[in-house]
Amino acid sequence: MLANIEKVWNGYWNLFLTGLGYTLLLSFITVLAGCVIGFFLALMRMSKWEIGKVKPLSVVAGIFIEVVRGTPLLLQLYFFYFLLPDLLSFLDLSEFACITIALCLNSAAYVSEIIRAGIQAVDKGQTEAARCLGLDSRQAMIHVVMPQAVKNILPALCNEFVTMIKETSLASTFFVGELMTQYKSISGALYLTIEPLIIVGIIYFIVTFGLSKCVLALERRMNAGEQ
Amino acid sequence: MQVNSKELLKVENLHKKFGDLHVLKGVTEHITQGEVVSVIGPSGGGKSTFLRCLNLLETPDEGKIYFEGVDITDKSVNINIHRQKMGMVFQHFNVFPNMTVQKNITMAPVLLGKKSQKEADEMAAELLERVGLIDKLNEYPKRLSGGQKQRLAIVRALAMEPDVMLFDEPTSALDPEMVGEVLNVIKELVKTGMTTVIVTHEMGFAREVSDRVFFMDGGIIAEKGSPEEIFGNPQNPRTKEFLGKVLY
Repeated sequence: MLANIEKVWNGYWNLFLTGLGYTLLLSFITVLAGCVIGFFLALMRMSKWEIGKVKPLSVVAGIFIEVVRGTPLLLQLYFFYFLLPDLLSFLDLSEFACITIALCLNSAAYVSEIIRAGIQAVDKGQTEAARCLGLDSRQAMIHVVMPQAVKNILPALCNEFVTMIKETSLASTFFVGELMTQYKSISGALYLTIEPLIIVGIIYFIVTFGLSKCVLALERRMNAGEQ
Repeated sequence: MQVNSKELLKVENLHKKFGDLHVLKGVTEHITQGEVVSVIGPSGGGKSTFLRCLNLLETPDEGKIYFEGVDITDKSVNINIHRQKMGMVFQHFNVFPNMTVQKNITMAPVLLGKKSQKEADEMAAELLERVGLIDKLNEYPKRLSGGQKQRLAIVRALAMEPDVMLFDEPTSALDPEMVGEVLNVIKELVKTGMTTVIVTHEMGFAREVSDRVFFMDGGIIAEKGSPEEIFGNPQNPRTKEFLGKVLY
């Protein structure tokens, strides 16, 4: 088997690496877009704007977040894979684009909760002190709360990226070209199941393990800082 | 109530509820320029809520608050402008942990366009000199003791050059040996003629520095008067009972 693994790697290493490239790209886009959308979702979720007794922004964001977190990612991928080309037929979306959008929205829900928790973990007294000095709520958020919240958010966000690297494997259901997709093609071409799987597994592990260690180091460095 | 140009803060029929809990049940009072008022009373009597209503950290459910003649409970008033003139010091300091001592002080005046960075830095140095923290200029709050943090918080509020200072139990979270250093700073401040409202459990201090003392209980100012009247000859049975317990 070892010999086989070596043979498979030597024959197809460029495909594996292409797959890894797609996996990293997909995860990166997903978390980046997830951050932007998630930030606004978090702000919506925390908004105190009321009509009557209802906070419409908060409710809408809350429903979205709960639905996304309460249904399987694979289901969401199917949903957008079938829905988006119909809904946005004028855009002529590729499969890759549909899957990416679905992943982004999924990540946004999780990231928004990370951001919300990070902001709410900052002591309420900090906001009060800032407001008492005459800062408005936006200034207090930007200059006092966010710089402190970032320290809570950043490590969790990096972990979300690591999680996404693994989650994107579900996209292989739609053959979008990431690492698991490459596994399927290679194993199909060679009639070999275990050997390419081991290679793919090792690649996933090296990347996620390495990144997790980096996150730990980052966390330690931030804690060693002024706070 | 007569209209007095020196009336800095005026409160009319202030009510505040937290859910079913009726914390303030109609407080009407005024504080004149240069006056030092201590607010004492049992926990849950509404002292802190009263103080926090004065700069609208808590929004009153009913009643009006006039600051320098402006009704700040009016929704069309920009409270941020008025808060710049009302310094506040908290029980738990609430200094900004991610900023140096200097930045804690200069951030607001510079951000709000009151001072250039250079002017603010000079003022920060001057204020820190006054409270004996000049050697901490570039430290982060993590490295300060409780008493030092509270002195920093006072200086941070003073950097906005407020017209009134509100203290919400400024020494309650301090180790006993640090209470004195903070009270001394407040005493020095009071000597400069700063209008001050201080919620406190330090009865000796209240007696020494106050022009007037409010005894709050059950959501109202149950008794008020000069320190001599309140501490020497209280009339209200609840004041007597409270002071009897506090001044063993």
